[in-house]
Amino acid sequence: MSIEADYTLCEGLGMCEAMAPDYFEVGDDGQVEILQKQPDAADRTDVKAAIDSCPTLALKLNE
Amino acid sequence: MTGDADRRRLVVVGASLAGLRAVEAARDSGFTGPITLIGAEPHLPYDRPQLSKAYLAGGADWQVNPYKSRSQLSDELGVELVLGASADGLDVTARRVSVAGGHIDYHAAVIATGAQPRTVGQANGIDGVHTLRTPEDAANIRRAMDCGARVVVIGAGFIGSEIASAARARNLPATIVDVAGAPLASLFGDEVGSMAVHLHRQAGTQLQLRRAVTGYETAGGHVTGVRLDDDTLVPADVVVCGVGVKPATAWLAGSGVTLHEDGGIICDSRLATSIPGVYAAGDVAHVPYELFDHDHSRVEHWTNAAEHGAIAARHALDPGAAEPVSTVPYFWSDWYGHRIQFVGTSRADEVRLTGRIDDGVVALYRRADRIVGAFTIDRPRDIMKFRRQIAARGSWTEAVNFAGGLTPAQ
Repeated sequence: MSIEADYTLCEGLGMCEAMAPDYFEVGDDGQVEILQKQPDAADRTDVKAAIDSCPTLALKLNE
Repeated sequence: MTGDADRRRLVVVGASLAGLRAVEAARDSGFTGPITLIGAEPHLPYDRPQLSKAYLAGGADWQVNPYKSRSQLSDELGVELVLGASADGLDVTARRVSVAGGHIDYHAAVIATGAQPRTVGQANGIDGVHTLRTPEDAANIRRAMDCGARVVVIGAGFIGSEIASAARARNLPATIVDVAGAPLASLFGDEVGSMAVHLHRQAGTQLQLRRAVTGYETAGGHVTGVRLDDDTLVPADVVVCGVGVKPATAWLAGSGVTLHEDGGIICDSRLATSIPGVYAAGDVAHVPYELFDHDHSRVEHWTNAAEHGAIAARHALDPGAAEPVSTVPYFWSDWYGHRIQFVGTSRADEVRLTGRIDDGVVALYRRADRIVGAFTIDRPRDIMKFRRQIAARGSWTEAVNFAGGLTPAQ
C-alpha cells in the first residue's frame, strides 16, 4: 500500500496536510511532498480521508 | 444499524459539492437505505471553483468534468438522481420534499441548495452582463474573452478578482468597480486591502474604488459600458457582477425551517436545523463555531461545503452521535499567479502583517491571547501550520514567532 501524487493535478492546496500532517506537506513550490509513502495501519483512516479530501483529485492510495 | 434502518430514506437537496459529500459520507458510514440526490442544475456534481480559474484561463476545449460519473453515483453508490429539477417545498410534518410535480418522502434530509449570485442594477435582458455560478455562465464569459472583450467586474471580492485575473492573463483590459475603498478591507482589514490594491495595479487591472454603478450603456441590446456615480463611463463588452450571493432558500418559505434574515438556514453547532431530521450544509448554513466563541458564520467556501456536507449526512442519519463541528474555515484564491489563502476567522482584536508581495505575505488575526486567523499570499508551506495552530487554540506569541516575528500593522 503506498500513497501516490499526480503532480500534473496537484495545486498545493494543502487539504491533505491539514488532515494528515505526518504524511503530507506542501512546499514553497506549492506542490505536495509525501513525507511517508507507506501509511501505518493505525493511520490508514486519516490518510484515506486526506486523500479523499483533495480538491484536485491528485492523490491516490495504491493497494 | 438495524434491519429496519435500511428502509429509511435520506434525501439530499442540492447536488453540488456539499450534496455529493453528503451522499458519499452516508454510504461511508454504512447506511444502506435509499438515497435521493436532487439538483436544480442539469449537471452531475462538478468542481465549481474551476469555473473562475482554470476554465476561464483555458482554451475552448477545456471542459467542466463531474466529480463522479452517473454510473458511479447510481450504480456504485446507489444514489437516485433527480437533476435539472428544483425542490419547491418541504412538508416537515409529512416529511416530504416536493420536486418536479411530485414528492419524495424522507426520514432524514440534508439541505445544501447553495446560493444564487446577486446582480447589480437593471441587468436583466442586457446581453453581455453576467454573473458567474454555473458552467453556462462561465462559457458565456469565456466566449466573450475569446473575442477580445473589454472586461468590467462589479465587486472586488474573490470571484471578481479571479475574473479580472483571467482577463489580464489574456492581456484584455480589465476594470474592477467597488463601493469600498479597498478590496477585501472590510473583511480582512486595511493592511490586506492595501496588498489587494497592489496586486491588481501591478497586473494592470484598473480599479474604480468608492464608486457605485448607476446603470449600463447599451447598443442593440448589448452592453457597451458601465456608468458610475461620478458619471464616468467605463467601456465594456462583458460585465460580470461579483457582488455576493443570496442563499437559495425561497423554496423553504413557510416550511417551518428557521431562516436567517439573509435567507440562510439557522443551524446549531451540529448542523441541525430547527426541524428534527433536517440538517443543512454549505453556502446555505449559518453555523455557530465553538472554536470562535460560538460566532455564527455562513461560510461560502469549497472546503466548508465539502466538510460540512459529509458531517450533515452523518448527523442526519445518526443524531445521537452528532458532535459540534470543529472544522476551521479555509479558502484559497488565485490572482495573477499569486496564491491567496485564508484559514480561521478574521473577526479579531488585532491584525498583524509581515512580508512583501514579492516574497510572501502573512497577516495574523488575534483574539485575546490566541491566534484565530491567518491570511497569506504565496506562503503555501505555512498556511496549514497556521490552521493547526488555530484548531488547537494556539497561542498568539507562538504564532507570531512562527511567522517570523511580525510588526504591528498600521
